[in-house]
Amino acid sequence: MTSSSLRVKGLTKRYGDFVALAPTSLDVAKGEFLTLLGPSGSGKTTLLSLIAGLAHPDEGQILVDDADVTHSPAYDRDIGVVFQNYALFPHMTVEDNIAFPLKMRKVADADARRRTAEALETVRLPHVAKRYPRELSGGQQQRIALARCIVYRPAIILMDEPLGALDKKLRDQMQLEIKRIHRELRTTIIYVTHDQEEAMTMSDRICLMNAGAIEQLGTPEDLYFRPQSVFVADFLGESNLLSATVRQVDAQGLDIVLADQTAPSRAVGNGASFTAGEPIKLMVRPQNLHVADAADGKLTGRLVDVMISGSMTRLYIAPEKADMPQLVAAYPTRASAAPYEIGQRVSLGWNSADAVAIRDGRGH
Amino acid sequence: MALAKAPAIESGQLRTATRSRARSQAWTWAAMGGPLVLLLVLFLVYPVGQLLLLSIHNDSGFTLAPYRQLFASSVYIDVLLITLKISLVTTLVCVVTGYPIAYLISVVGKERKATLLFWVLLSFWTSFLVRAFAWIVLLGRNGVINKLLLSLGIISSPASLLYNFGSVLVGMVNALLPLAVLTMLSVMENIDRNLPRAAATLGARPGMAFWKIYFPLSLPGVAAAGIMVFVTAIGFFIVPALLGGRRETMITQLIIDQVQQTLNWGFAGAISVLLLIVVLIVFAAYDRLLGLSTMTGAAAPRSVAPSRLAGPVQRIGDAVLTLLGMISDRIILALPSRRRDRNPDQAGLGLQAFVWTMLIIISAPTLLMIPLSFGTGGLNWPPQGFTLHWYETVLHSPVWTQAFLRSLLVGLGTGALAMLIGTPAAFLLVRSNIPGKAAWLAFILSPIVVPRMIIAVGMFYVFASMGLVGSAFGLILGHTVVAVPYVVMTMMAVLRNYDTRLDHAAQSLGARPFATLRHITFPILGAGMFSSFLFAFATSFDELTIALFATGGLNATLPKQFWDEVTLQVSPVIAAVSTCLFIFMGLLIFVAERLRRRAAAR
Repeated sequence: MTSSSLRVKGLTKRYGDFVALAPTSLDVAKGEFLTLLGPSGSGKTTLLSLIAGLAHPDEGQILVDDADVTHSPAYDRDIGVVFQNYALFPHMTVEDNIAFPLKMRKVADADARRRTAEALETVRLPHVAKRYPRELSGGQQQRIALARCIVYRPAIILMDEPLGALDKKLRDQMQLEIKRIHRELRTTIIYVTHDQEEAMTMSDRICLMNAGAIEQLGTPEDLYFRPQSVFVADFLGESNLLSATVRQVDAQGLDIVLADQTAPSRAVGNGASFTAGEPIKLMVRPQNLHVADAADGKLTGRLVDVMISGSMTRLYIAPEKADMPQLVAAYPTRASAAPYEIGQRVSLGWNSADAVAIRDGRGH
Repeated sequence: MALAKAPAIESGQLRTATRSRARSQAWTWAAMGGPLVLLLVLFLVYPVGQLLLLSIHNDSGFTLAPYRQLFASSVYIDVLLITLKISLVTTLVCVVTGYPIAYLISVVGKERKATLLFWVLLSFWTSFLVRAFAWIVLLGRNGVINKLLLSLGIISSPASLLYNFGSVLVGMVNALLPLAVLTMLSVMENIDRNLPRAAATLGARPGMAFWKIYFPLSLPGVAAAGIMVFVTAIGFFIVPALLGGRRETMITQLIIDQVQQTLNWGFAGAISVLLLIVVLIVFAAYDRLLGLSTMTGAAAPRSVAPSRLAGPVQRIGDAVLTLLGMISDRIILALPSRRRDRNPDQAGLGLQAFVWTMLIIISAPTLLMIPLSFGTGGLNWPPQGFTLHWYETVLHSPVWTQAFLRSLLVGLGTGALAMLIGTPAAFLLVRSNIPGKAAWLAFILSPIVVPRMIIAVGMFYVFASMGLVGSAFGLILGHTVVAVPYVVMTMMAVLRNYDTRLDHAAQSLGARPFATLRHITFPILGAGMFSSFLFAFATSFDELTIALFATGGLNATLPKQFWDEVTLQVSPVIAAVSTCLFIFMGLLIFVAERLRRRAAAR
């Protein structure tokens, strides 16, 4: 199976004064599943279009297996694209749509027919070959778009929010399908989404983008447990962010003091280097924030709301210090749990191994 | 017994209830669609029917004499063949040159699109008469072209460029190219821009992506433009009458002669039948090949099932397109290599140059006439001196000012009447579940399909018997017949884009149906309604065919007055009138576009 690595160096795209993509560098390994994640307007689709050759960069280089393709037209790149709205050709049957890239590559008819049938088999829709795209459901159209892309075995496949138009259940199903196809074909896949859960479940690595630049690049675990910025902590999963100051740094972690408090506490770093006296944000995930005995608690607040969302129960707590943001604590729902009362005073605590220090956003 | 009876009574009541609901619904339908149907029956079906009847019926009963006359000599058949030839060549040239223009407009950015569209629309709305007249001036012995060729030394004495097939063709293409562009554009704008890009990622070179993907999807637009141009061309008389010689006489000119000079209604009817049959054959062939539903252009390319074409035809078509794609790509490869880093989304320079050349060609004649209208040297190029004399002549001439006021009155009347009866009909066709929608729509659009000349002659005959000839009211009725299909079409498009949930929201907030219309529906549809009104107004303001028979003397409308003058003599006064008309229309489009943009920005 063909599969290529991709290297992007200092790639930049401007539209007039608007910087759609600030100089960006990125390495994608052979066979890797990399997700470009970010809010709309963060530059992820721009980056994808540049890689596909559908837009032209103002600066920078794109290398596929160390060959410079920056100035190659899209049709010479051997990069497959699955478009957001599928872009199936409405005047061609499903079969003709899938055979199109093979025809463009002058594959012999018999061979093309066999490979088309195989691709339909791979996406589990062999019976729709003679139909037109408009006769298919959204999920089926999605699979055909995928089949049309994998049929010519491009070295790299780009997917632009391919599941955006599907409902939740179908989306979950297609996520598994795409993962399976990735395992089977071992193609390099670059996947664009704004759905952080989708990114977490599918990717080898996630490239989180914000305002036209890479915010953090790493494994889902890296981004979740060791966010490099407040933006990352906020975008991936829920988090409680508390202002604090670094007291002292040692091999195991940091001594810190929460804002407006005197009692020191411990935190782990996120990989960045800290200096004593530096202001930081302390991230504690809701599931790591627990209601503690008054003696153990690090913070106190009043219970604002309790919500049961299936498996998890969430407590919303207003800290007694007025300038602190509302906190969320989550724990597995239990029928036997003691009832909480709105307005009740609660103490909150956390395990210092679950408290991650992040450089304060104003720092950089 | 009593128990068994109860459900029977209930179901009886139910039936009465549904029946009375059905009855009230029928009344609503009749109230909304009735006026339009009545108008078309009285002033389209009846007059055209009368005219056709006259061809087989005279004072002594049934007769085929007019048809015997028609086929007795080859004269009339020759005219028919010339008409077909001119129409066919015009259609070909319009579609082939209009395609790149429509394509460029559909792919460029917003700002440049507005500029390009302005020039197409300006030409579209500039009177056929003004444009034809401008070509007379341009191609004349002392016109720009001859002067230019002389000064370049290409010719030694002025060539006669007028009154031949070439001048007619130029005039016809100028007249109908904007229509072709706008029709194709409506389809091209609905083609997903991602499809050619997807083809590129799948390995298709630009030529292949165009011929295999874009072109087949744009084909319904090409077909619609082709039939619109052909049907309009076949009923044309202004251009061949002004720019053609004896050998370029077209069939509608024969009808005019029969009515105006010999008052031979029977023979005029027979020629009309001939013309109508040709048009119907064209439509039938079109329907067999592509389906009439594609004609409105509103139908997205998706709805065209290629299955209508037989398998082998499709395979041949596919092979031809593949070949075209390969040839194009070879040519592109052979061309001197362009900048490698050019934006893949940007249109080629060659295309842009071609489009601007075409736009200049269709706009230039009218623009070149403006300096002539201020000159003292007649209509000879280059303009000499400066005078306002011709404008003063126009302003002080009661004939021209009367004609202008008359046209204004008739135009406003037509706009108002067409809106009044066309809008409810559009509502009915979009919002209700009235049976036979397609048939109703075809009926409402029939005034576009039936050659204008046939409608005009039939109407003249009926108006004469009703004493409506020469009256503004009669003219408003006549113009409404030809303007109302456009109103219905634009209003239907506007209504389709309207989110009916807004109405439901208003009603859930306590607004009664009328209040909903007043406070929600109409304010949102305002811009669309205004542009429909303008469309109807402009149609009437430029209408000559009906006015040709139904008015005269001090009753003349502006186009009729223009026609009378220009067929008598070509004078600078007409250049002045043309300039005024051109500026008037330019302002109108500018205002309409402003309003549309403001509405869109909301």
